[in-house]
Amino acid sequence: MTQLSTAKEPTAEQIESLQLYKQMGVSDHEFELICSFLGRKPNYTEIGVFSVMWSEHCAYKNSKPILSRFPTTGERVLVGPGEGAGIVDIGDNQAVVFKIESHNHPSAVEPFQGAATGVGGIIRDIFSMGARPIALLNSLRFGNLENDRVKYLFEHVVSGIAGYGNCIGIPTVGGEVMFDESYEGNPLVNAMCVGLIDHEDIQKGIAKGIGNPVYYVGPATGRDGIHGATFASEELNEDSDSKRPSVQVGDPFMEKLVMEACLELIQSGIVLGIQDMGAAGLTCSSAEMASKAGNGMELYLDQVPQREEGMTPYEMMLSESQERMLFVIEEQHEDQAKAIFAKWGLDCPKVGKVTDDGNLTLIHHGEKVAEMPVSALVDECPVYEKPSQVPAYYQESESFDSTKYEEIQDLNEALERILASPTVASKEWVYHQYDYMVRTNTAIHPGSDAAVVAIEGSNKALAMTTDCNGRYVYLDPYVGGKIAVSEAARNVVCSGAEPLAITDNLNFGSPEKPEIFWQLEQAADGVSQACESLSTPVIGGNVSLYNENANGAIYPTPVIGMVGLVHDVNHMTTQSFKTAGDVIYVLGETKAELGGSEFQHVVFGKTEGRPPELDLQKEKALQAAVLHMIQSGWINSAHDCSEGGLATAIAESCISGGIGAAVEVDMDLRHDIAMFSESQSRIVLSIQPEWQTQFETYMSETNVPWQNIGEVGGEQLQVKKQHEVIIDASVSRLTAIWKEAIPAKMRGEQS
Amino acid sequence: MHVAVLVFPGSNCDVDCYKAVEQTMEQPVSYVWHDKDDLTAYDGIIIPGGFSYGDYLRSGSIARFAPVMSALVKAAEEGKWILGICNGFQILLEAGLLPGAMLKNENLKFQCFQSTLTVENNQTVFTSDYEHQEKITIPIAHGEGNYYCDPQTLAQLEQHNQIVFRYADHNPNGSVDHIAGICNKQGNVLGMMPHPERAIHDWLGSADGRRMFTSILKAWREHHDTVINS
Repeated sequence: MTQLSTAKEPTAEQIESLQLYKQMGVSDHEFELICSFLGRKPNYTEIGVFSVMWSEHCAYKNSKPILSRFPTTGERVLVGPGEGAGIVDIGDNQAVVFKIESHNHPSAVEPFQGAATGVGGIIRDIFSMGARPIALLNSLRFGNLENDRVKYLFEHVVSGIAGYGNCIGIPTVGGEVMFDESYEGNPLVNAMCVGLIDHEDIQKGIAKGIGNPVYYVGPATGRDGIHGATFASEELNEDSDSKRPSVQVGDPFMEKLVMEACLELIQSGIVLGIQDMGAAGLTCSSAEMASKAGNGMELYLDQVPQREEGMTPYEMMLSESQERMLFVIEEQHEDQAKAIFAKWGLDCPKVGKVTDDGNLTLIHHGEKVAEMPVSALVDECPVYEKPSQVPAYYQESESFDSTKYEEIQDLNEALERILASPTVASKEWVYHQYDYMVRTNTAIHPGSDAAVVAIEGSNKALAMTTDCNGRYVYLDPYVGGKIAVSEAARNVVCSGAEPLAITDNLNFGSPEKPEIFWQLEQAADGVSQACESLSTPVIGGNVSLYNENANGAIYPTPVIGMVGLVHDVNHMTTQSFKTAGDVIYVLGETKAELGGSEFQHVVFGKTEGRPPELDLQKEKALQAAVLHMIQSGWINSAHDCSEGGLATAIAESCISGGIGAAVEVDMDLRHDIAMFSESQSRIVLSIQPEWQTQFETYMSETNVPWQNIGEVGGEQLQVKKQHEVIIDASVSRLTAIWKEAIPAKMRGEQS
Repeated sequence: MHVAVLVFPGSNCDVDCYKAVEQTMEQPVSYVWHDKDDLTAYDGIIIPGGFSYGDYLRSGSIARFAPVMSALVKAAEEGKWILGICNGFQILLEAGLLPGAMLKNENLKFQCFQSTLTVENNQTVFTSDYEHQEKITIPIAHGEGNYYCDPQTLAQLEQHNQIVFRYADHNPNGSVDHIAGICNKQGNVLGMMPHPERAIHDWLGSADGRRMFTSILKAWREHHDTVINS
C-alpha cells in the first residue's frame, strides 16, 4: 500500500457513520442506492465521483421530467440533446452546431474567471463535436446598476468574457444584458457558442472498441474547480465566498492550441470518440464516453499530467482544471496523433483503455483505488418529481388592470427615462470590449435584432440571438416561456433569416420550493409550445437551478439561444432606418399591456400584473409575412417591439440609423399605453416608397394587422396620435442619453 | 508577388490576412509557421494580429524570440516589405524593427470598433493608393495599443515622415500624438494597430483597407518592372 497522499482521507466507515456524503450533496437515500450498486460502501474517491455525477448539474435529477417535454426532433436535426452540442443541417453538406451553458455561481464569487471559463467550456463543447467555432454570444443578468457590487460583477464578467473570446480569436457577436433587483447577488452568465461543420466530420463522445487506448490532451490537472459541479447545484449563501477555490482558472491561449490541434486531429479521420472535460472533469468525460458505448474504462491516474505533487485520485477525478480533452483512437494511430499535438506544442499521454466490464476503474500507484459501474454513475441517479404549487403572487395578480396607473403626460421624459434604463440603453460599453469582427465574417454587428455571420465560401449566413425577459416569465411562466422563444425567432426573422432551432438555458431558483418548481414546469411548457408552433426544436441546453439570493429566487429566466439561416446574404436586414422618405409601418396589434414592461418598472417602480399575451398563430403569421417581404427585397429595416414598446422601437431605429422620423399612430388607447405597452407580435418596418404598393397588396392578403405610421427623415423623432404631438425629441439628444447611460453609471455618476 | 503570413501559436488574424491578400491582391499567399527560419521565398511578409503565446508577460515579448524572427530581421534589412498589424505591430516593436513601445489602453479595456484614421504619409509602399490627409475607416481591436515613445524619438518620427496613420477624431487608446501606425526610416516596415484586413468589403463595415493591399501590389509591380528593365 502506497497511498500516503490518501492516508488522511476518511474511510468508508467514517463516510457512512459521519454522513460525510451529505457535505457533497448526496442524500441518505442516494447513499443507500450507491451502496447497493457497489455491493459495499464507497470509499472517499468513489463517493466523490458519485456525488458529482449525481449532481443536478450533471444528472439533471430534478429537471429531467421537465426536459422530456421539449420537442427535440425535426427534419433538419442531425444531433439532438445528449451530446456536447446539438447539430442542425443547413444544406450543401454543412451543418450548424450550437449550445448555451451557464456559469452563474462561479461568476457570482469570482466574476472574471467564472465568466471566462464559462466561455472556454462552451467553446470546447462545440469543437469536441468536430466543428469550427465561428461565433460567441452571451446572455447576462445583473442587479441594479446603482449598486457597487453589481458594478463590480458587471465590469469583471464582461472583461472575463472579453479576455477569453478575444484571445482565442472567436468573435463575440451578440447577446443581451438586463438589469433587475431580482438578480442581485446571483448574476446570470450564460455563454453560447456556434460552430460550423461538414456532415462527415461530426464526432461523438464515445469510447468505442474494447482495448483501445484513451488519451488526455491539455494542461496538467490541478486542484482547481474541485466540486465545481456540486457548487453549481446548491444555493449561494454567506459561505459561498469560501467556494472561490471551486472556481476554475482559464487559459484561452492553451485552449486555442488544444482547439486547433483537436480540429486537425479530427480532420485526419482517426478519432473514434472525443469529449471535453467540463463539469466534473475527468470523471464525467470518462464515464459518459464509456456509457455511450456500453463499455467500461480503466484509467491509469499516474499517467494523468499533474500540476502539483501528491494529488490524490479524489482530487484528480474531481478537478475541473480547464482546457482538457479526452479522446479514443486505435493504438496504431498513436504516432500520427502525437505528431499533430507536437506541432502545437502539446503532449497527449495515454491515460487509460476501453474495457468490456462496464466499470469505471481507477488505478493509482499500481493499486485499484476505485471501481464503479458506469451505468450506475451515468444512468441510475434517481430522478425526482418535485411537488409543484401555484405561487400566491400569481393568483393575486389575476385581476390586475394595466390602466390603473395614473396617466403619464410627459411622454418625452418617459421615453428618455426608458432609453436611459440600463436594460434598454446602448450596450456599446459591453460589446466594444469584445472582438466581434475577428475571422472577418461578421456581417451584422452587435446592437441590431440578431447578429449575422456569413458562411465562408457560400452565399448564405447564420443569424443568431439570445433572448428572455425574466419579468414576463415571473409574472406568468407559461406565457413568458412562449414569449422568450417567439421573441428570439422574431429577432432572427428581422435580420432576414429563417429560424432553425434553439438551445435553452433554464436559470431558476431552488427546485425544492414547490412554487419554483411550478415556474419551471410552466415555463418549459410555454417554451415547448412555442417551439412546436414555430418549428424550432430544442437541440440541447443547460439547466441552472438554485439561483437564489438573500431575498429569494431570481426571476425565472429560461434563456433562449436561437440560430436562423439567411438563405441569401442579400436578405440581411438591420433595425436602423436607412433613407429619408422611406415609409414606416407597424405590423401587429397594440393593446393595453403594461404588466412586466420596462415602462412599468422605470416609471412606477413595479413589476406586477400579467405579461403581454401571445397568440402563437398570430406570431407565426407575422414572422412568415415579414420573412417573405424581406426575401422579396422590399424591406429596408425591421425591428421587433420589445422592452419599452413601440416608442422605444422607433427611437432605436432612428438612433441606429442616425435619422429622424415623423410618425402618426391611430390607436384607441391612452397615449402613454399606446407608446409603451409591450404587446407581442409587433414589428416596425421601413420600406422604399417604390415598394409600397406591393407591400400593401401583400399585407392585405394576410391576417396580420398593419398600419402605415409615417416617414423616415429629418433630425427629430416626432410622434402624433389623434393629431396631437405626444413625443417630439431630437434624435441626437436621444442618442446621447441612450449611449451615455451605462458609461455614466460605470463612472459612478448619479442618474 | 508571393506573400507570407506568419503564424505564431496564438495568432488569430492569420486567416483574415490570408483572405485579404487573396481577395484584394489576388496573389499567391502562404502561412509560415513560427519555427521556420527562412523567408527568402517571399516578397512581402504580414505579421497578423492575435495573442501570440497568449501575450503573457507583455504583448509580443515572447514571439520576438521565435525562430522565424531572425529571418524576419534579415528580410527587413534586405528591404522586403513587412506589415505588422495589431499584435504584429507589437512584435515589431519588441523586436526593435520599429521604435517605441506599447502600453495598455488608457481606459484599461480592450476596445473594438470602427475608427477613423488620417493618412499622414501616402509616400510609402503601403499607402500610395490613399490621398494625403485622407480620412479612412479601419477598425481597431486591441487591449494594448497605447503607443509610446520618448520626445526625441517622436521628433525623429516626425522629421523622417515615419508617422503613417493618426487617429482622426477619437484616440481610442491614449497613444502619443494620436499615433495609429508608423514605419521605419527606410519605409519598408510598417506597424499599425488598426486592422486593414478587416476592412475589405462594404458589408464588413468598410472597404477602406483594400487600398493598403492594392498599394503594396502596385509598388511591387513598379519595383518589379524597374528590376526587369534595368
